[in-house]
Amino acid sequence: MDGRELKGRAAITGLGISEMGRVYGHDAQHFAAEAVQRAVADAGLRKEDIDGLLVNPGISPLGGMGGVGLQNYLGLTNLRLLSSMNVGGATANIMVQYAAMSVIHGLANHVVCVFADAPLREGHGGGAAYAGAGRTTRPAGLGALYPAFGVFGVNALYALATRRHMAMYGTTGDQLGAIAVAERQWAAFNPIAEHREPITLDDYRASRWVAEPLHLLDCCLVSNGGVAVIVSRAEEAPSLRQPPAYVWGMGQGHPGDMRRKGWDVETQTGAPMAKEKAFAMAGIGVTDIDVVQAYDCYTYTVLVTLEDYGFCAKGEGGPFVADGRLGPGGSLPTNTGGGQLSAYYMWGMTPLSEGVIQARGQGAGRQVAKHDVVLVTGNGGVLDHHSTIVLSPHPA
Amino acid sequence: MSDTNAYTRPLPQADDESHEFYDGARRHELMLMRCRACGAWRLPSRPRCPDCWSTDTEWARASGRGTLYSFGRMHQKFPGFEGETPYLYAVVELEEGPRIVSNVVGMADEELRCDMPLQAVFDDVADDTTLIRFTKAGA
Repeated sequence: MDGRELKGRAAITGLGISEMGRVYGHDAQHFAAEAVQRAVADAGLRKEDIDGLLVNPGISPLGGMGGVGLQNYLGLTNLRLLSSMNVGGATANIMVQYAAMSVIHGLANHVVCVFADAPLREGHGGGAAYAGAGRTTRPAGLGALYPAFGVFGVNALYALATRRHMAMYGTTGDQLGAIAVAERQWAAFNPIAEHREPITLDDYRASRWVAEPLHLLDCCLVSNGGVAVIVSRAEEAPSLRQPPAYVWGMGQGHPGDMRRKGWDVETQTGAPMAKEKAFAMAGIGVTDIDVVQAYDCYTYTVLVTLEDYGFCAKGEGGPFVADGRLGPGGSLPTNTGGGQLSAYYMWGMTPLSEGVIQARGQGAGRQVAKHDVVLVTGNGGVLDHHSTIVLSPHPA
Repeated sequence: MSDTNAYTRPLPQADDESHEFYDGARRHELMLMRCRACGAWRLPSRPRCPDCWSTDTEWARASGRGTLYSFGRMHQKFPGFEGETPYLYAVVELEEGPRIVSNVVGMADEELRCDMPLQAVFDDVADDTTLIRFTKAGA
């Protein structure tokens, strides 16, 4: 059973993006509600039509029971499906997967999947909320070795992963910089991107170190906001307001990390596992992909993801991305909205939202002409969890 | 090697599951958990072996030899590290298999290379706390 019978049987029919970025004075529930409201309107549905709700909270509280309380905040009284989910940045795609299976098999008709977060406070840097989590003066247990040696936050951990790839394969900072430059070129065409001014490789090199080998311009933004999508049964999609983005393929890969010799999830992610399932379902190979929306918490995440999908050979991600291939006019348009590096950081909803926009053909100045097959990747933890969605404007 | 009268970094504290590790460090021994059923070494001090699910476990002394799995240089400022930022941090892959968070001392940062052989050194940073750092093997 390869899942081929699921291809194109569910579609993303609604997309809602709240006010986004450095927007203050609201909690995560507000952003979630805004995103859901906009997604329902976008699809041309009514509140009463929503009979499923999947919620992915960020690092800010989002209603009771991990976001399940959002139901009553929104007055959704017709739910046949409700859960809070969290696999980090892999969650958005995974919510879509469970929503798709639920609508295909009749558990629900229109399932809202929403992520929202409000970690930014006015006057505080973007990283403060993330790096400061859980710090104490006298931490206990073996986990206390991390603060004891100053290993705080995800920047420190992705720096280790990036360094390991550099040591194994000769990947360079300039190659990572090419990813930052390409995404910024795309962001110029995205009116809701936080950073739209162009950057050069020299700007990348001159940007301050965060945790070597990562520069500031290797790291994603931190954003306040919310994004919601609606997943519907394919049969219902054509009668709704927007061009459907059909779900062609779905997959996950969680290889685990025993934190010892032989487990190299830092450089060999779960992407091949997820890809195998998703591409078999979609009946495609890597050369069929027209547009890529790759999870980009860091530039390196894009590089290792492209390798692990087989866009290039393992270890050759550096030279592969260095020639402008990912940017506007390049042969592999990637993160066409500016991604989490330049546009907005909504975990897996950033690549997913732009994937929907591209599949619909609504990217305006940044629309990729050929967008028959759109790859969306999610990544959770420190390259621990991977999720894949393949979208298409065509039902089959 | 540490300037104890100015030691400002967070001191780790033993708990029920990790006191064998920290007690060992104070004796200048690197202690790891080992499964009595399947022999697998592990570092997160958890009661259950992730390989065979046995709870029959012992603490055993590791050789202290390892290789540099990866390293970073932190430039963000955190409480306790203000005076020494940027600073080096590392993950060392021990000969027995498990990887441990630490740092590397006694050599210039520029000399560091992934996979270089290292050996543990014990740094009594406080009366009740010894940190296990690493240095170039054979140094």
